[in-house]
Amino acid sequence: MSFVTVRDIFQSYGNRPIIERVNLDADEGEFVSIVGASGCGKSTFLRLLLAQERPTKGTIQIDGADPAKEPGLDRGIVFQKYSVFPHMTVRENIVAGESMRTGWGRFFGAPRRAAHARAQETLARIGLDHVADQYPATLSGGMQQRLAIGQALTAKPRVLLLDEPFGALDPGTRLSMHDFLDDLRDETGMTVFMVTHDLDEAFKLGDRVLVFDKPRWDPHDPSAYGATITYDFDARDGGIPFQRLKESINVRTTP
Amino acid sequence: MRLINIIPGRPLAVFLLFLPFVLVLIAYAVGSDIRLAENPSDKLLPAPATIGDTMLRLTTEGDRRTGRILFWHDTWASLKRLGVGIGISATFGLLFGLLIGLVPLVRSLLSQFVAVLSMIPPLALLPILFIVFGLGELSKVVLIVVGTLPFVIRDMSQRTLEIPQELLVKAQTLGASSWVIAVRVALPQVMPRLIQAIRLSLGPAWLFLIAAEAIAADLGLGYRIFLVRRYLAMDVILTYVIWITILAFLMDYTLRQVSKRLFPWAEDGL
Repeated sequence: MSFVTVRDIFQSYGNRPIIERVNLDADEGEFVSIVGASGCGKSTFLRLLLAQERPTKGTIQIDGADPAKEPGLDRGIVFQKYSVFPHMTVRENIVAGESMRTGWGRFFGAPRRAAHARAQETLARIGLDHVADQYPATLSGGMQQRLAIGQALTAKPRVLLLDEPFGALDPGTRLSMHDFLDDLRDETGMTVFMVTHDLDEAFKLGDRVLVFDKPRWDPHDPSAYGATITYDFDARDGGIPFQRLKESINVRTTP
Repeated sequence: MRLINIIPGRPLAVFLLFLPFVLVLIAYAVGSDIRLAENPSDKLLPAPATIGDTMLRLTTEGDRRTGRILFWHDTWASLKRLGVGIGISATFGLLFGLLIGLVPLVRSLLSQFVAVLSMIPPLALLPILFIVFGLGELSKVVLIVVGTLPFVIRDMSQRTLEIPQELLVKAQTLGASSWVIAVRVALPQVMPRLIQAIRLSLGPAWLFLIAAEAIAADLGLGYRIFLVRRYLAMDVILTYVIWITILAFLMDYTLRQVSKRLFPWAEDGL
């Protein structure tokens, strides 16, 4: 059985279907990029994976566990913004990755010192140890996103979800963030889902690229049908696209 | 150059800062002078020098009968009522604001109720408070609480609702319980807003305090003002008004500094 299993997901808000009949199997350690036009349910799908919303129909299972009812420790998330706690220093943000699950949400005494020492290592790893005592607002956008990713990974999630994590960054910073994320993946071998607007980024980082689009379109009522996965590309081999088409749903091609 | 682009330099800014104060003082001195020239025993606009003498007398000389310096006793009595009232409002406002903002069940239960409660004019309740709580300290404190608490609750719940959803979801993915989210994410984020809410409710709080003291008290700044009104003792009234203004300003200033000191991250915004 696959690691992340998505079966016949439907999601609608009121009468408006957003995504319909989505099926997906992802292996452990796979990096899945999700692209698509605005309003095609990419972010909705990510929220469903996160269990921030529950689907109208269908199930999402991680490693065979029961479908989650609310966000929890098994799923980590990095948003485009508001991803770190503005009222905690950089170091406290990293420590929060471990301490939030405790009864008071913080460590005291010896565990606190140990957590600070571990946080120092993490900060050195993500290149933020020189700003450990500053507040996130004083950091650049790229540093904030590095911090957000570091914080999410400190909690050791089974699946890491990224919602346009580099969307607000300038191109140079974006490239260095790609290297940063690649290195982290090599070290941890984690399973990642990333929503992005940038096709290059999707193919460069992902093992697979899913395209969300509406297969049916009613010109008189554009919101009548929801979106689904219309393409599922294999994006390995140095990120050169169109190498092996994995599925044939809605794709006109020779096998 | 457009008016909106003309920025005063440092000396001009200081000059403009003090200008309205000086103008008011001059206007008062001139008005007082004109009236006193006509009638030396005029009580309505006492000369600035008279007010100065009164200030000195009020703040240093004891009462003839008891020897207490009433000015400071009045101040202490009023500040105590104000502090207790505002303290209760802040505590419960924060508590209920967080609950309403964070817990949908409590929101459904209480938010409309508080919205309706906040529409009751507090001064209309004053007779009821005097009847129920007597004429002592309690009714005055309760009036301040009734007058400011609904506003603080509504403000705090609104601020809690404005915390980006992303932060709450993020805390959940780090394994935080509702309790931990409340004390580690929501509470620190709304604390600067609580100080703002207190600053804003200090005005109404003074209003309710003085109203309550004017009606029934034997000590207090508001009580003294309404007492000496009978003798047309404008010099005393003006001294007290100036003193209340200074106190209110100092409180506001202190709260602002406390907010800056305690929540440095809130100033830059994120």
